Order: sequence, then C-alpha cells, then structure tokens
Amino acid sequence: MAQNIVLKENKKKLILFKPIEIIFKSKLSKNKLLLSFKKTGVTLVSILLFLMLWHFGSQALYNKEASYKINKALTEQGKVAADAERACIYSGKNSCQPNTLPSPLQVWTSLQLLIADHYVIKADKKVFEEQMFATNKALIAKGKNKITYTGRPSFIDIVLTSIKTVFAGFLLALLIAVPIGIIIGLSPFLKSAFNWFIQIFKPVSPVVWYLLVFMIVKTLYIGNNSDNAFVISFISVGLCAMWATLVNTAMGVASVDKDYINVAKVLKLGTFQKVFKIIIPSSLPLIFTGLRITLSVAWMVLIAIELLAQSPGLGLFVWEEFQNGANDSNSKIIVAMFVIGIIGFLLDRFMLSIQQMVSFNKNEGI
Amino acid sequence: MNTNTIIRETENGLFPASKVMLDLKDLKKIYPTPKGDYVVLENLNLQIMKEEFVTIIGHSGCGKTTMLSMIAGLNEISGGNIAVLGKYIKGPGPDRGVIFQSPSLMPWMTSLQNVLLGVKQVFPHATKAQRNDIAKYYLQKVGLEDAFYKKASELSQGMQQRVGIARAFAIKPKVLLLDEPFGMLDSLTRGELQDILIEIWNKEKITAVMITHDVDEAIFLADRVVMMTSGPKAKIGDILNIDFKRPRTRKSVLEHIDYYTYRKHLIDFLEH
Repeated sequence: MAQNIVLKENKKKLILFKPIEIIFKSKLSKNKLLLSFKKTGVTLVSILLFLMLWHFGSQALYNKEASYKINKALTEQGKVAADAERACIYSGKNSCQPNTLPSPLQVWTSLQLLIADHYVIKADKKVFEEQMFATNKALIAKGKNKITYTGRPSFIDIVLTSIKTVFAGFLLALLIAVPIGIIIGLSPFLKSAFNWFIQIFKPVSPVVWYLLVFMIVKTLYIGNNSDNAFVISFISVGLCAMWATLVNTAMGVASVDKDYINVAKVLKLGTFQKVFKIIIPSSLPLIFTGLRITLSVAWMVLIAIELLAQSPGLGLFVWEEFQNGANDSNSKIIVAMFVIGIIGFLLDRFMLSIQQMVSFNKNEGI
Repeated sequence: MNTNTIIRETENGLFPASKVMLDLKDLKKIYPTPKGDYVVLENLNLQIMKEEFVTIIGHSGCGKTTMLSMIAGLNEISGGNIAVLGKYIKGPGPDRGVIFQSPSLMPWMTSLQNVLLGVKQVFPHATKAQRNDIAKYYLQKVGLEDAFYKKASELSQGMQQRVGIARAFAIKPKVLLLDEPFGMLDSLTRGELQDILIEIWNKEKITAVMITHDVDEAIFLADRVVMMTSGPKAKIGDILNIDFKRPRTRKSVLEHIDYYTYRKHLIDFLEH
C-alpha cells in the first residue's frame, strides 16, 4: 500500500513533465527504452508516410492541372501556344504555375518566408518608432494619442492576435459560465428557470453569435472611433464556447457525492462553507473538463469569427490569402492550417495537465 | 462477577430519566411506494444510557441504517420521536457525530484538513493553533501522526477510516453514531481499528451506537447488544447485556466463560 501511495505522488508531480519523465525513466530500464524507441519510431514512420502521400498527391494534382492548362492552350490557341505554356510551366516561372494543393516543400519554403518576413516587418517597425520618437513624445506631452505603426502585421503578429483573442474569449466564458453553472447546479428551481435558455442557445452557430454580438457592440461603439474588431471577436468566441463549461459545472455541482453532503449536514456547515469547501472542490474535475472543451471549441470557432469580424488573426489571414490567389497563397494557407492545429493541440495539452492536477482520486469504496 | 456500573431497567422497564442520553419513542419510518406505504420501522422503543456503548445487530435490510440515520437527523422521522438528553432532535447537528460506512473524507483535503473541517465548526472561538492541536491530538490517537499532511485520496481504506474516527471524536459529540464503520475492511485491519476505537472510547466515554453485522465485534465492543427483528415493521427483538468489565482486551473477552453463551444467544436470534 505504501508503494502505491508513493507511485501516486510521483504521478501527480510529474504529469506536467511527462515527456521528460519518459526519457529519464527509460534510462533506468532497458525494456522501457526499447518501448519508447518503438513508439517514437512508429510516429516517425507515420509522419514520413503522411509526407509521402501528401507529396505524391500534390504532384498528381499539379500534373493534372498542368496538362489541363496545356490542353486548353492547344485547343484554344494552337500548338505554338501550347508549347510555350508547357515550357513556361516546366521552367518554374511564377506567372504560369498551376494553382493547386502545394507540396510539403513549398509549404516549408512559405513558412520560412513568413518568418523572414516577420523580421523585416519588425525592423521596419523599429525604424518607424525611432523616427516617430520625438513626435510621439511631443504628442503625449500635449495629451494626445501617439502615432502607432499601422503597416501590415507579420505572421507571428497574426498568430499572437489569435492567441490573445482566444484567451480573452476563454476568460469571458469562464467568468460567465462557471458562476452561473454553480448557481444553476445548486438550485433545481433556477435550473428550470435557465434550462430553456441553455437548450435553445447552445446549438446556435458561431456565425450567428458573431452577428448578434456585432449588432450590440456596433451600437455601443457609436462615437468611439477605436477598432472594435477585437472586442467583437473575443465576445463572440466566448459566447460560442462557454456552453460546455456551463453544462459541466452545473452537472458537477448537482451531482456532488451524497456522503460529502451528509458530512456537511452533520457538521452543520454554513451555506458559504458548504459551497466553497465541499461542493466546488468536489466538482472541480468536471468544471475543468468543461473548460478544456471550451478552450478547444473557442480555438475552433475563432478562425471563422476572425474572418467575419475582420480581426487581424489567423482566420482573416487564411481568408485573405485565399482571396489573394497569389502563387504562394495556397502554401501559406497550409502553413496556417498546421499552425492552427499545433496551437490547438498545445492548448488542449495545457488544459489537460491542469485538469489532471485538480482531479483527485475519486474511488469512494476502496 | 458483574463489576459494571451500568444501571439496569427499573420495574416499569424504563431507565431513570437522568441517566438517559438517547431516547427513541414509538419510532416509525414509512417509505411511500406506488403500491402503498412501506413501513420499515414501527413501535421502536429504545433507551441508551450516558456513557454506554450499544451495538445493533440484525439482518440486512431490517432498517438498522434507517434508524441510525434518523438519529443522525439525516432521515426524516415518520412517527414517534427521538430525544437527546430530553430534547427532541431537529435535523442533523454536531452533537451527534457520525462515522459512515465509507470513510466519506474529502479526497482533495489532507487528513488534518478533514478533521479541522469539523473542529472549526464546533470550536468557532478557538485560535487556529488550538484547533490544530485538537485535530492533531485525535489523529495521533488513531495512529496517523505521520499522515497529517497526506491527501485523503492517498490513504488506504483503513487509514481513511482512522481519519473518520478522529474526525468524529474531535468534534466532541454527545452521541457517536457508527454505521458499520469497519464493514469494508479486511479482518486484520478491522481488528486493529476496533482496538483503536475502543481505546479512544475508553478515554472519552462518548455514548455510542454502532451498527454491525459481526457478532464478535458486537460482543467485544458493547455494553448491550440490541437485536432488531427483520423488516418490514422492524422493532427491537431482544437486548443482551454484556457484562465484561472494561477496559477489555480481545484475549480476556475470548477466554471469558460467558463469551460463548452470549455468542450463542445472538446467533440463535439471528438464525431464528
């Protein structure tokens, strides 16, 4: 039994450092080392297979598009034009490249370009700020707003805007859903008062939430010239994503173990103590399950909402690149797709480790 | 032979009022069902003395736990009444401490915090240090001096129930209600915990009512063993006085001439 306890403790401490734990532990045992090698091996092989499939798939699509272009030139303009088209395509000139799914290599190049572009813009910004330093100082002294850099944002800025928006939305969802969830969970009376509201608004699409928030915020911002895209998008994200937390919190609070409630009754704990010492701690695991879902939903709807709200995040970036139709637009979209996926994954891991930290061993019997 | 100071019934079958801690009078419990009322307990009369340890034995489903949770105030009374020191009870309260069948500790709290939860409630004017001392004293008594700061979820079942015992004694209740507290433990741990329980009880002498399925446990711990008839409409079937002197050891009880007479009496009742 003592050993068990020690193991449990280790588990709790190391949950955040799982990968490190695996590396360290595998040093101790040959079998584990072999197993982790096998696991990493399988992952690497599957990544390789995925890249190959992608590469050959995009090549096939490229060829299809190219032969269509050449054929079109042949039927419409004759053999000379077709040969010129073929020569142009295979010379790799930007002007006549088929526009289709980019290959992994193209996407990789785009990523590097985007990062390089970030440093260019950063340098640009620095120069601008240096030039404006004296002017801004004078403006601030006069009590006016300083002049800020308004050039296009770099890809990193865009990603940061998205992350900022999603966290603002998540925070809003948390502040609304957790208290309301607790209140609803505590009182069956209020639950029936709120239930219709939850059932009706839970399934509403992100786009409609955006429109609703837009109607309200637009009116509230009358006479205020500042940019409201950020406000609209984070409120919409919060409202879309809060339902999982609301429902989970209410459920967690309503289903506290009866034994705990009996203990509270026997000890005659006051309402405040009962709620904060027993009910909320015992429903924390479920609340965090809800919050985890909320964060992943928030990240998912963010892209659509940024697009609608014209908020300079990943959603708008993807849409603008699509509209742009430049030679490397498609590969930039795929870069954004991977960035969205990876950030979503990291956010989920982050919430999962918090969730595991707050959850306690819930085996009542033994 | 009988060196106990327990007071026996007077001629009218009742104890002198000044000696009574817990008084159940014509207690009745009805559960309404779609097929009509189900009467669990009826005409249940029982008096429990101050500083007395009573064990209650009976078949599963006879209403023992119902009766205990009614005394605790966790279950409503359908008829009759329950009085503690002559005062009718209204709902649960810390004057009646309960040790539940499952330890019912808050798994996110340490064992010390679990005990303190009750101590804070009962001694609101004590300083933090005083409360800590009380909680630690009882945790030491149950042999958990090394586990003050362990989370309840990290303790074994037996250790959790030790915290349950400490928590119940630490609030210094008038009556201690034990609902098969050792029912889920293996027999070795059960023996250990019986010893711990009786050791603390010998010091504190808190009136105790304990439900058990274990005949030996019932005899070892009790001044009186109350036998309940099988339900529905369960009531007190028989009461057996256990005249072993205290403090008792397991060995002295097992070697006592009367032990097997008591045991046979209880088993005869249960198999009847």
